[in-house]
Amino acid sequence: MAQEPAIRVAALGKRYRLGEERPLRRVLERLRGRAGEPEFWALREVGFEIARGEALGIVGCNGAGKSTLLKILARITAPTAGRAEIRGRVGSLLEVGTGFHPELSGRDNVFLNGAILGLRRAEVRARFDAIADFAGVGRFLDTPVKRYSSGMRMRLAFSVAAHLEPEILIVDEVLAVGDAEFQSRCLGKMNEVAGRGRTLLFVSHNLAALKALCTRGLWLDAGRVRAAGPVAEVVDAYLAANRERAQVPLAARRDRAGSGALRFTGLELRAGAAPRAGCAPATALPLAIALRYAAAGEAPLKGVRVAVLVLDALGGRVLATDTRLVNADFAELPRAGELVCEIPELPLAAGRYQLNVWATVAGDVADHVEDAAPLAVEEGDPFGTGRTTQAEKHGACVARHAWRLAAELDPEPSA
Amino acid sequence: MRSSGPTPALVIRPQAGWSSLGLAELWRQRELVGFLALRDLKVRYKQSALGVGWALLQPLLTLGMFTALFSVLLGRDRLPSAPGVPYSVSTLCALVPWQLFARGVTAGGESLVASQGLITKVYFPRLAVPLAPVAAALVDFALALALLVPLLAWHGIGAGPALLLLPLFALQAFAAAFGAALWLSALNALYRDVRHALPSLVQLWMFATPILYSAGHLLEGRPAWLAALYGANPMAGAVEGFRLCLLGAAPPAAELLAASALATLGLVASGLLVFRRLESAIVDRV
Repeated sequence: MAQEPAIRVAALGKRYRLGEERPLRRVLERLRGRAGEPEFWALREVGFEIARGEALGIVGCNGAGKSTLLKILARITAPTAGRAEIRGRVGSLLEVGTGFHPELSGRDNVFLNGAILGLRRAEVRARFDAIADFAGVGRFLDTPVKRYSSGMRMRLAFSVAAHLEPEILIVDEVLAVGDAEFQSRCLGKMNEVAGRGRTLLFVSHNLAALKALCTRGLWLDAGRVRAAGPVAEVVDAYLAANRERAQVPLAARRDRAGSGALRFTGLELRAGAAPRAGCAPATALPLAIALRYAAAGEAPLKGVRVAVLVLDALGGRVLATDTRLVNADFAELPRAGELVCEIPELPLAAGRYQLNVWATVAGDVADHVEDAAPLAVEEGDPFGTGRTTQAEKHGACVARHAWRLAAELDPEPSA
Repeated sequence: MRSSGPTPALVIRPQAGWSSLGLAELWRQRELVGFLALRDLKVRYKQSALGVGWALLQPLLTLGMFTALFSVLLGRDRLPSAPGVPYSVSTLCALVPWQLFARGVTAGGESLVASQGLITKVYFPRLAVPLAPVAAALVDFALALALLVPLLAWHGIGAGPALLLLPLFALQAFAAAFGAALWLSALNALYRDVRHALPSLVQLWMFATPILYSAGHLLEGRPAWLAALYGANPMAGAVEGFRLCLLGAAPPAAELLAASALATLGLVASGLLVFRRLESAIVDRV
């Protein structure tokens, strides 16, 4: 007997109404039999199947409908059109820590959360030690959750959900938060789920994790399925499309100086260590500046120096990357290509900056574009303390530093 | 996870019209109602010096206020109590089920909005949300009822066989609270106007219910259809029933009790239907 798929989705659609909340008007319009607000389809004609034991990774830009799809499959919201069939008990983890009450102890919250997710008291009790162990909050089980650190709270919530042992696990971007060690434990746990013949649905911007964890991929674009298939193919197609989209077109810029022997045609910022599409540049994260160029003539370019200058919001110079500074001028370059400047740890506080690009060929300025692209740096965790720096408050630069008491001095030095 | 063999498919599709009420599912996850109710109770009495004492103090404060007011307005010997019992006892007998209802409706009406963080993030039978605060109100109710017993004994009021009917009237008060909570929580999730109207509604309802006076006072010498109309208030029957059971008071008009029981059934049934009907809209628009 051919096994029925764990999930079968056909022509699924979800419509939301846009516009301001004006209940009175809505009531009146309903009475008159008119729908007033503009509508918006978050999902449209989505169809796919997942066999039992498969792990489906869902990719797509923000607003592509990923979360809406998961919410429908987790039965949180109802679709407007189409249908979905689900075979097996579903556990969903759409937001870590929902259902925790700050005033209740960790222990009470585990039982409450278990009940919300559909476990009986006896089932929670049987798993309680495993849950507490995995979360690593043993000593604090009888402390109100409001005194937990956010990390502890998250570990406990993930632990409850992970120990549900659902046949189908739906996970939405839990890995966006939490430290690296916890993330890898979560991934391990999900891997275990996927490995045991259970079905996994996983949404993440962390494409590396998604590729490692999933067997199949689904790419949603503006509410529709853009591609579906083996996860590597889907992710690569998605990344390639993203790369095109993220290119700042420079070829059309007229406000530029230089001989034109070389012209920059595109600029793209790639943030983060793994290929994380949609990951924004952030303090202390790796940042790669990719520059595409084309030569005017037929011959390869000789003796090329390239520089990117970072300016703050007021136009003050903050930082320069320059092939000359690192003895990396290009002796020869092909007629067209992509150059990448990699900054292993972006030393900029959160804020808005802009980039100037500049190149010389054989000592003559070939191209110079001011304000070639904006650079918005988001808050990172440069010191590993969870404290962030903002350009407006702390200045643009971020430097690792340490403090200590170097010597004890006599408080009342004798004259 | 208890399943083995071929799993029946769960079909998710647009909610068209009136689907099943989902009571079976609620029953399967009944423990959840208990946990949510327990959470409400624990949180409510945390960091309050008197704690559960408030469950007893609140009806006494209400009683004191109205006894003082009516004593001044009407005179001490003309208080509208049930025949043959002191006004305080007559009123307290009514306030105990009323507190169950009032607490249940107030907390239940706010419940969906208060737990929007939960219902938009995880699936569970939504009916548990308005049911839990009403269930939590049962605990306060039980405490207050326990306070009544020595008071009745002190006044030398013995319980008759009618006492056996008390659970029925308690159930009626509970059901009325749940039915009203269903209506109000669903409407409140869509139209926050309900939140602002709720305190006035509960107050109005209190005056429409024979709590500070006995139904006998109001209906004396009036036609039977008026008793039935008055009984369309589910709480009227419940409160008069409490007086009947606890005080051995003369039975209220049968029309009142029957109409009130019917109204309770209607309130719960319509509440369930409305709640189910609005359920999918609630999550998207709360």
